[in-house]
Amino acid sequence: MPMKKIPTPNALAARDGDVVLLVGTMKGLFLFRSTAARRRWDVAGPYFPGTTVYAAALDTRGGRRRLWAAPSSMHFGAELAWSDDLGRRWTRPETPLVRFPEEAGASLKNIWQISPGRADEPDTLYCGVEPSALFESRDAGETWSLNEGLWGHPHREKWQPGGGGLCLHTVLVDPSPSQPGRLTVASSTGGCYRSDDGGRTWNPRNRGVRAEFMPDPHPEFGQCVHKIAHHPARPGRLYLQNHWGLYRSDDGGDSWRDIANGVPSDFGFCMATHPADPDTAYIVPLHADMFRCTPEGKLRVYRTRDGGRSWKPITRGLPQKDAWETVVRDAMGVDTLDPAGVYFGTRTGQLYGSRDDGDSFELITDGLPPVVCVRAAVLGGRKSPKARATASKATKTTKRKQAAPRRSRRPRRRKAA
Amino acid sequence: MVRVLIPGPLQPFAAGRREIALAMTPRTVADALRAVAETHPGIRDRVVTEQGALRPHINIFVGAENIRDADGLDTRVPDEAEISILPAVSGG
Repeated sequence: MPMKKIPTPNALAARDGDVVLLVGTMKGLFLFRSTAARRRWDVAGPYFPGTTVYAAALDTRGGRRRLWAAPSSMHFGAELAWSDDLGRRWTRPETPLVRFPEEAGASLKNIWQISPGRADEPDTLYCGVEPSALFESRDAGETWSLNEGLWGHPHREKWQPGGGGLCLHTVLVDPSPSQPGRLTVASSTGGCYRSDDGGRTWNPRNRGVRAEFMPDPHPEFGQCVHKIAHHPARPGRLYLQNHWGLYRSDDGGDSWRDIANGVPSDFGFCMATHPADPDTAYIVPLHADMFRCTPEGKLRVYRTRDGGRSWKPITRGLPQKDAWETVVRDAMGVDTLDPAGVYFGTRTGQLYGSRDDGDSFELITDGLPPVVCVRAAVLGGRKSPKARATASKATKTTKRKQAAPRRSRRPRRRKAA
Repeated sequence: MVRVLIPGPLQPFAAGRREIALAMTPRTVADALRAVAETHPGIRDRVVTEQGALRPHINIFVGAENIRDADGLDTRVPDEAEISILPAVSGG
């Protein structure tokens, strides 16, 4: 079989403060770079040509600048690769890092999510995979192991695959000092599960979330969650895009309330939160599960600025005629600048970006392969003043709560009248 | 001597080589893959899954015979055989 050599992609030159987009597609990974102005973008790629890259991440903890990618080959399987020089050289270990142990009786089909752990655990990373499972590394990605607590959960055998397979696509690491062991994961169609002890034990967290494809529309588990996003400065605040349904939780997933107010459809895949404002989130609604395209042929991002009490369409810079687009679950990302950058890619290979909190969008490029993953990061971990202030406020509040003397459980004695 | 022919995408895991000559004569294709893995571990994991099953979009031929039409990874390997690992006409 003749093999054509594919030219080595050009590498990006970047410095601290630059914005980098990791764009995973059905045919490889692309990288985009801009200054903080975000007006012009350099592009490099495709890396891992011919593979699908559903997951990518930039880990800037501990002074690193490490790119992670999960190229998945129809022929040779899925693997993890990393680069410490923005894609100039990639390390692909001979033996794939993420592997099910023999006794698990399962084989890796795909890697759906790569999530760096907490800032105070700079060597911890997580991967969500198909079939639904969580893998974790405690040595900066050198070795990985299956999370036995979730794999051994009695519900797992009853989880059913969705259209994308039985995938664990969301891994949220609670960054707050008060919840050092809290992890939240979501799978389609297992639903949302949370651990409060670092992943040893897991409990379903789906109260209030519908499963319209089940005889009982409110089961304990089995919901087809498409994406959950949390707010880093208020980690108990979660937004959930369901297979039918938009939800918000203010208690880390203990309960969910319907927030599908003013959207053309509560079906969709992606969900992203604003880096500084916990009340702001972004979605791209799709018509229906039987027609997964933007309603009325209009490409509209919907934004809430009041925690989901209302959603408003953003159309500026987006095609409003004959735009039958699909934006999948991980194809939206935000940076941490002020105003925030919001980015998303479509199945038709268009990449859009906003540099004004989502007030308007511009086409960054088209002609990419179908986009399945968009991640945005600021090199050097630069945050907007607003984001820093919000995070600082949240940390101070938590510390104050921790420092406050515990109230006595003894009832107060009433003063005599 | 049995020779294992390596497809282009896997040649980076074989130090760029197109074929690997096995020092021993394997009894089966599974034995041959194990022998390859001793010197080039990156190849076997991309041809079979963690559970040892041939990946669905990979074909292995012993001579001109597709092992799927024979005994799979238990297909016998004659002396002087040529084992070809070939990606199926899919994907990319």
